[in-house]
Amino acid sequence: MFAPVSTPAFAIREIAFFVLGITGVIFLIVGGMILYTIVRFRRRAADRPSEPPQVYGSMRIELAWTVVPFLIVTVLFLVTARYIWGIENRSQPPSALEVTIVGNQWWWEIRYPKLGVVTANELHVPVSDPGSPMPTFVTLESVDVIHSFWVPQLAGKMDVIPNKTNRTWIEPRTPGTYVGQCAEYCGLQHGLMLLVVVVHPRDEFERWVAAQQAPARDEPAARAGRDLFASLACINCHTVRGTTANGVFGPDLTHLMSRWTIGAGAARNTHENLQAWVNDPGTLKHGALMPAMKLSRRELDTLTAYLVTLK
Amino acid sequence: MSEHSPLRGRIGIASLIVAETSLFGVFVVAYLFYIGKSLNGPYPKDVLDLPVLATICLLSSSISVALGARALRSGDVRRSGLWLLVTVLLGGIFLAATAREWYGLIYKHGLTIGSNLFGTTYYPLVGLHASHVIIGLSMLSLCCLLAWSGALRPVHGERVEMVSWYWHFVDAVWVVVFTVVYVVGR
Amino acid sequence: MSVLSPTAARPEEADVPRALFEQLHDWVVTVDHKRLGIMYVVVALLFFVIAGAEAAVMRLQLAWPGLHIVPPQTFNRLFTMHGTTMVFLMGIPMVFGFGNYLVPLMIGARDLAFPRLNAFGFWILAFGGLLLHFSVIGGDGLYGTGSAPAVGWFAYAPLTGRAFTPGNATDYWNLAIFITGIGTIATAVNLVTTTLTMRGPGMTLGRMPVFVWIMLTISAMTLLILPPLSAAQIMLMLDRFLGAHFFDTQAGGSAVMWQHFFWFFGHPEVYILMLPGFGFVSEIIPVFSRKVLFGYPMIVAASVSIGLVSLSVWAHHMFVVGMGAPLNAFFALSTMLIAVPTGIKIFNWLGTMYGGKLDFRTPMLFCCAFLLQFLCAGLTGVMLSVAPFNWQLSDSYFVVAHFHFVLVGSLVFTVFAAIYYWFPKVTGRMLSERLGRWHFWLFVIGFNVTFVTMHVQGILGMPRRIYTYQADRGWEIWNLVTTLGVPIQALAVLIFVVNIIVSLRHGTRAGDDPWNAWTLEWATTSPPPPYNFEIVPVTTSRRPLWDLKNPDDPDGPHE
Repeated sequence: MFAPVSTPAFAIREIAFFVLGITGVIFLIVGGMILYTIVRFRRRAADRPSEPPQVYGSMRIELAWTVVPFLIVTVLFLVTARYIWGIENRSQPPSALEVTIVGNQWWWEIRYPKLGVVTANELHVPVSDPGSPMPTFVTLESVDVIHSFWVPQLAGKMDVIPNKTNRTWIEPRTPGTYVGQCAEYCGLQHGLMLLVVVVHPRDEFERWVAAQQAPARDEPAARAGRDLFASLACINCHTVRGTTANGVFGPDLTHLMSRWTIGAGAARNTHENLQAWVNDPGTLKHGALMPAMKLSRRELDTLTAYLVTLK
Repeated sequence: MSEHSPLRGRIGIASLIVAETSLFGVFVVAYLFYIGKSLNGPYPKDVLDLPVLATICLLSSSISVALGARALRSGDVRRSGLWLLVTVLLGGIFLAATAREWYGLIYKHGLTIGSNLFGTTYYPLVGLHASHVIIGLSMLSLCCLLAWSGALRPVHGERVEMVSWYWHFVDAVWVVVFTVVYVVGR
Repeated sequence: MSVLSPTAARPEEADVPRALFEQLHDWVVTVDHKRLGIMYVVVALLFFVIAGAEAAVMRLQLAWPGLHIVPPQTFNRLFTMHGTTMVFLMGIPMVFGFGNYLVPLMIGARDLAFPRLNAFGFWILAFGGLLLHFSVIGGDGLYGTGSAPAVGWFAYAPLTGRAFTPGNATDYWNLAIFITGIGTIATAVNLVTTTLTMRGPGMTLGRMPVFVWIMLTISAMTLLILPPLSAAQIMLMLDRFLGAHFFDTQAGGSAVMWQHFFWFFGHPEVYILMLPGFGFVSEIIPVFSRKVLFGYPMIVAASVSIGLVSLSVWAHHMFVVGMGAPLNAFFALSTMLIAVPTGIKIFNWLGTMYGGKLDFRTPMLFCCAFLLQFLCAGLTGVMLSVAPFNWQLSDSYFVVAHFHFVLVGSLVFTVFAAIYYWFPKVTGRMLSERLGRWHFWLFVIGFNVTFVTMHVQGILGMPRRIYTYQADRGWEIWNLVTTLGVPIQALAVLIFVVNIIVSLRHGTRAGDDPWNAWTLEWATTSPPPPYNFEIVPVTTSRRPLWDLKNPDDPDGPHE
């Protein structure tokens, strides 16, 4: 959070410095007083055995050390309130990119409703210049339990709650790849529910969108695999646009190979890992909700050969 | 038995009542929050009738139990036993009326705890209250029995008074439940 | 040597050694607040060790990226059991155990108001603890930890629903904690009644020790906030067993409602845990500074107001739930406000020490570490009350570090201080100073190595409750250092246990008042007779024994 690249995170760092400053000063002063008292008033061998003077209290001193903290709290609260409203009530400009993220156990579905793009686990967004702002406004939904969307360099987290729609926004200023992960315990594989945000320069983003909007590649060499895919239970859960597969329980695979990892960070997206995953996802992500497909060796090879063409 | 200050029993029961109020409070909050949010019927206005008889009986039983406790403290064990019996009977009518209402809701209207959010919040709230009525009636019945057997004596007046406090609390909860379920929520 | 009752006969030492079975039987059927208090504390220490072992396994797994010491589900069960055990089976029995033992003695009473209810409270708690831990061997058995719950100690819905957590694990959590809650409410009723109706002669409310005021406050809080948890747990039981939809989001239910109910309980609960720690310190620091507590009325007022205000801060655990700006702002404000009465107590304790003659025996060592560590804990709490800051650091290791600074760095340290301070009264023997020093220094070093470092992982973006992490996240070194503090703390606790066992047999005999203290419990024998006081002393001020020891300068006119 101290290396922000996007506006909500910038603002949060500002107020973080402010509150760290205040608490830091308090720590030094009070901590110093504690240490001083411990050292200065330790009982010494030369001390007389009588009791020291008994001081019962002092209304004035106590009033002072109550009023001052109240004043500090007042200032802190007023600043905090300003930042709360500033971040939460940011209105969505017409140029904003709209994304809907749907939390699942244990992966992220990412939809761009106005662009007709559906992908998983990687959020691609454009850079936003102050000159021509294009922030990304994210709608957060869940199909099962509570998750939390958190990419520290971009923004504070926002929970993803079933039967409740939350919204958040990011406005990244620097291209790059930023990693986050689910931040609300959501069951067995909560620890392996990573989220990658890739911030592109504007033109690169347009190219990415165009590539994602295209229907799935149809390479003649992989047709056997494609037909196999369509004949098996795969289509019950997965969508591959341009084919008969339009299941919605699992990630959209239309451009599977454009993603860096499989299983929301469980493994790199390579031929070998993909084959292992299809054979038995549990070997890469124990407890993943996709069942082991129990295919023969030949079916596995054919299927994987098809999947790797889905660029 | 009575060498303790009477304050001990009173503060004990008062503390219990505070805790129970908090318990009921949460069920009331859940009920209020879910009003109008059921995804499907049966809906309150379709199936709930005002439990007039039950309410009159229960609230009158507060009067009878107060009379019973007072009678015991003034020395009339027999009259105390009678008023306590009246209380038990009135409470019994309340329970019977609730049972009849639930029978109708379940079998005639098909409303169960799993039907919708209304069922989910209605049965636990009213049921929690009814369970407290049962506890109260058990204690009152015991007092009745002890009165009739001659074991109850005026020196036990403070203890019966504490039972009556519990009973007043149960009645007060009913006032809230009645308002929330049958007035506000319908 | 007691100031007041030098002739009180030693009670328990009969001439004929009694059979072990008879002695055990006495303990099982006892309704004596002192014995029940001891049993509560022993049970709490037992669960402290168990939950500590669970933490050690977790820290071992997290010491380096990609370790597979335990499978993911076992790790999830470990953090659930660790949190649940520490809060409900260590913290609560510990503070109510001390309250049980000390409150009647401190106010000049013979026992609690309802001794049998007291025994009931203890045994219900013991049963709940057993039930929760039975889950580990129920089901498949030990290594995968059977049916132990894996829903986190605050058990958010809808993860706890049948759809997402089938089987009995969640039910063990739900039922066991529900059962212990009943016991806690019973004890709270007992303490409130005792404090309000059984004070000895001259013991007005304004002369009660701060610890007693605090036990009264937390008992009143318990009456208000524990039933909401019980209610939510009943609702969860109804959801899981009877098909209700309280938290069933698929049927329109609200997951956030569980959080509101839970945290309405959960936040005051942690104040219930922490306030008695303040009570211990308010008794110990004056004695080891040889000065009266500075500003007694303010400390009492601050403690009571913390109790009240704590009822209004709960949703600072929910800043990231999306409650909207007005609610976020309200809870930020209430949380910041509660920092004031909490913080100024540090000044009162400092004011007590200032100008005194500080005696750094073991109880005072733990109190001094507490002062610095609690300062940190409070300040990180203030940081977290700033909602936008919270949006980054909620559910991260920063929060874990914060609350361990409160619960270990503050509460456990004050509990250690209290044990060293009152062990002589309870057993008649002193704990070893030498072992006490070893215990203190190892624990304070180990604690800070672990938990100061832990703030860093949080700031670097590490969320809570993850069973492992990847090598390229930049978290390895911090996790490794965090783990290195664990064996140091474990060794310290081992030394502590050895100290207790050895001192029970061979500790120096303590006499009635080994610390030259001023509250009523020191006016009777060590250990006290079953009836507590042969002659109940008349209280003439907040420090009855000071008045007796310093008749030329009693407290009364100064109060």
